Amino acid sequence: MSTIFFLGYKTILVTMVWGISLLIAMYATLMERKLAGFLQDRLGPDRAGPFGIFQPLMDGGKLFFKEEIIPNDSNKFLFILGPSLAMFTACMTSAVIPWGPDLNLFGHTIPLQIADINIGVLFVFGVVSLGVYGVMIGGWASNNKYSLLGAVRASSQMISYELAMGLSLIAVLMMSQSLSVKEIVQQQHGINWNVFYQPLGFLIFIICAFAETNRAPFDLPECEAELVGGYHTEYSSMKLGFYLFAEYINMFVSSAFMAAVFFGGYNFPFMDKIANGNLLAILGVAVFFAKIFFFIFVFMWVRWTLPRFRYDQLMKLGWQILIPLSVINILLTGGAIMLKNL
Amino acid sequence: MQITSRAKRVDKKPFTFLERAYLPAIFGGMVITIKHLFKKKVTIRYPEVQREFSPVYRGVHMLKRDENGAERCTACGLCALSCPAEAITMTADERKPGEENLYREEKYASVYEINMLRCIFCGLCEEACPKEAIFLTDSIPTANFTRDDFTYGKDRLVEPLVRPVKHINAFEEERRTAWNKAR
Repeated sequence: MSTIFFLGYKTILVTMVWGISLLIAMYATLMERKLAGFLQDRLGPDRAGPFGIFQPLMDGGKLFFKEEIIPNDSNKFLFILGPSLAMFTACMTSAVIPWGPDLNLFGHTIPLQIADINIGVLFVFGVVSLGVYGVMIGGWASNNKYSLLGAVRASSQMISYELAMGLSLIAVLMMSQSLSVKEIVQQQHGINWNVFYQPLGFLIFIICAFAETNRAPFDLPECEAELVGGYHTEYSSMKLGFYLFAEYINMFVSSAFMAAVFFGGYNFPFMDKIANGNLLAILGVAVFFAKIFFFIFVFMWVRWTLPRFRYDQLMKLGWQILIPLSVINILLTGGAIMLKNL
Repeated sequence: MQITSRAKRVDKKPFTFLERAYLPAIFGGMVITIKHLFKKKVTIRYPEVQREFSPVYRGVHMLKRDENGAERCTACGLCALSCPAEAITMTADERKPGEENLYREEKYASVYEINMLRCIFCGLCEEACPKEAIFLTDSIPTANFTRDDFTYGKDRLVEPLVRPVKHINAFEEERRTAWNKAR
């Protein structure tokens, strides 16, 4: 019985998380275009349905009906594997994120997290590193110099910023003494959020998150001026759609991860006043999603504010500024912990 | 010698630490963009909402009729002569007996063509006309697929017998008062 129950609710949870992240990624494309319009004193797309709410469906439908071109000289297996891998890794990261406090239904405690693995943070980093392969394989398999250069640029950018990202997170891990995302979130009960202890770490992390998701001001892999289209120059139809879509899923997942690790996840002030556990769980999920939407908004806000970095500036920022800063942050955190334990 | 009062001295001081840190400038930029989020949008949702034209807007021409419905144009050619773009051509013809209700005077234009691709909508034809026969309305020439379609003949220029509401601005007196007001 309990095994069946376990499998049942995990299946429902997995399907829901997957569906919600696809849905949010879909509507993030609309939000992005709307916001771009608003920030430039325009209206954005508003023709498909009221306020343009069917625009993502139209875009998706259009991509499906476009001609699917696989170049003759490309490696067909890898050419198809590239976007699949990008999409796969984008969807996988959300498995370790705790979406809310435990629910109590039918006499069972149901955690709103797909897998509470004790190395959750490492899992996220591992999967994010795999994301580089989607870009790299796609660019290489296209057998096109522009794609290859775009892929090289994208992967070197992602690998460089992963270092600073990991180092900035180490300071948080030193405080939490745990790699489980759930435990990190639980330690930030109420308003005891990590961002108040690690403002520098958060700043480094969010900059690296922009670079990891290949978004402005670090959207160098897609560079019309010098690389035609970047690593997806040869892609068309839904395979191109997968690459573009994976970017939005990555944005959603990294927003969720930032909200969980630095902004207390589902915790909110005065949460102890609510006695009903299920109500607290629902409120927690709502609060968590509000935080996620705020971060998605910040991603877009930054994109439509800042111009893009030059490639050497990008590398200089990553290696010469962010990595030393995060090492200093680790030393400061270590010193503070030592003083506290004296 | 100072040519303009807007000249600024260029300052080549090295950046201070705060300037080199970029972050204050980035936050400043973000504040500017977020302000635009709440500004009034300049977009006009075109087919539903149409831009309001100036009362003296000069659009497609119209050959007017008099109060009895007869064409006012006498094919004198002054409009064609005044046209700086040489967009107007016409052929004059003599009125036959029994056509008094169609043409006001003995001479009329049997062919009257304006090439809308040449026309610069300056309104000099309107000014030159001694018979108050040609006026520029507030409607714009429609898009077409061929060049020939942009040569408007009498079928598209002569005022319809039933006046459409859209061309109300074209009527002489209203237009003249509006023009004087705008001046």
